Amino acid sequence: MSRHVVAPVTEVPPGSHRQYTVKGRPIAVFNLDGEYFGMLDRCPHQGGSLCAGVISGVLVSSKPGVYRYERKGEFVRCPWHGWEFDIRTGQSYCDPAKIRGKAYPVNVASGAEVVEGPYVAETVPVRVEEDYIVVDM
Amino acid sequence: MTTLAPIDCDIHPSIPNLAALLPYLEDHWRETVRLRGMDELNSISYPARSPLTARPDWRPDRGKPAATLEQIRNECLDPFGSALAICNCLYGVQLLFSEDMAAAFARAVNSWVAAELLDREPRLRASIVVPTQNVELAVDEIERRAGDPRFVQVLLLASGDQPLGKRVYWPIYAAAARHRLTIGIHAGSAYHNPPTAVGWPSYYTEDYTAQAQAFQTQLSSLICEGVFNQYPDLMVVLLESGWTWLPAHLWRLTKYWRGLRMEIPWVDRSPFDIVRSNVRLSLQPTDGPPDSASLERVIEHLQSDALLLFSTDYPHWQFDGADPLPDGLPASLVRKIMVDNPRATYARLLEPVR
Repeated sequence: MSRHVVAPVTEVPPGSHRQYTVKGRPIAVFNLDGEYFGMLDRCPHQGGSLCAGVISGVLVSSKPGVYRYERKGEFVRCPWHGWEFDIRTGQSYCDPAKIRGKAYPVNVASGAEVVEGPYVAETVPVRVEEDYIVVDM
Repeated sequence: MTTLAPIDCDIHPSIPNLAALLPYLEDHWRETVRLRGMDELNSISYPARSPLTARPDWRPDRGKPAATLEQIRNECLDPFGSALAICNCLYGVQLLFSEDMAAAFARAVNSWVAAELLDREPRLRASIVVPTQNVELAVDEIERRAGDPRFVQVLLLASGDQPLGKRVYWPIYAAAARHRLTIGIHAGSAYHNPPTAVGWPSYYTEDYTAQAQAFQTQLSSLICEGVFNQYPDLMVVLLESGWTWLPAHLWRLTKYWRGLRMEIPWVDRSPFDIVRSNVRLSLQPTDGPPDSASLERVIEHLQSDALLLFSTDYPHWQFDGADPLPDGLPASLVRKIMVDNPRATYARLLEPVR
């Protein structure tokens, strides 16, 4: 596993998400209120792009006719067949034991930190005060 | 046929004719029958002369099949060696548009069954016929019979006015759960809706085959509307439904549940899991492939050996000879189907009868 600087944090503001290519693979990066989460951008079902899906909460229910909408913005629904995944863990909501989106750790490193390593940040010294999104994979 | 004494979960005694119910009707309804010149409450679900309605060797020269206790004993209880058999009386009660008349005839049918069959033959049990047209009256009838442990089930038809998962029907399920009665859904229609999803067919073959569609729709309705969330101990038995369609239907339902789960967030288990815990199916008709190896594959797809309940569907013509079990079933499964599964399904079968 190695660290990959993918973008400055300003590219993915809170509540948004964006696809990056890391080591040739599509990675979906989500920003939930300043926390970053990454997933392989292929639904484990048939490969739909999760980045193209609807961001939603999760609907839970204690009994028929009761709808409780929780964790607004923390789930993504695959655009192809509507399967729901927890952005924080990659876990499928319906069938958590069997189905899981591939999650990757995503961190934010300060410009000063990343320029110390052999990463692209080195090449953008003008933005050395900026923070960067870093994917481990 | 093994030497096991099976529990036959689906037999159909006939009400000989409407006159037979007169002693069990209140004065007003008895007079109504006379003044209107009513002689039968016939449904087209089982036309009298249709081959399916009675096996040739069970078709009497005169009168209806399975209309006397002697017929039932000689043709069904004795030859199959049944320890117990559950009577599901199919009469036109559910077709009526008058709710009060439906309730009156349901009461009379249940009283007739109790007096003419259950009182006279200890091997018989029965389902409670209810006027589904009016849920309050249906619950009244359940309460009226619940004290009699020989009634083990509430009988509904596969096709009524609305899908059975709708909340309007829930008081029936609450009453059943309260009294440890199963809900039996039997092939048949009130004919208030076409018997197929696409309109009225021309032929009986189409009608009878399409019963499986109705069962599938009811199963989806019960699951999706959350009946098993509300009544987790409720057992639903699909009677004369056929059962080889079940795996394919559940694959389909489970697939779409995964993607549309947010519509029905109370459905927190896969439909397959719900069926394994709460739904059972009667053996006959076994609408399966002709060879036992293929049939075994279908049974594998059910993913449970607890789902099937022995039934002869007497006097309906589903098989010939004295063995309703398809060939090639493993002995352990035969025992489950014949004895263990019925006993595990019908809580009231284990209760002492006065």
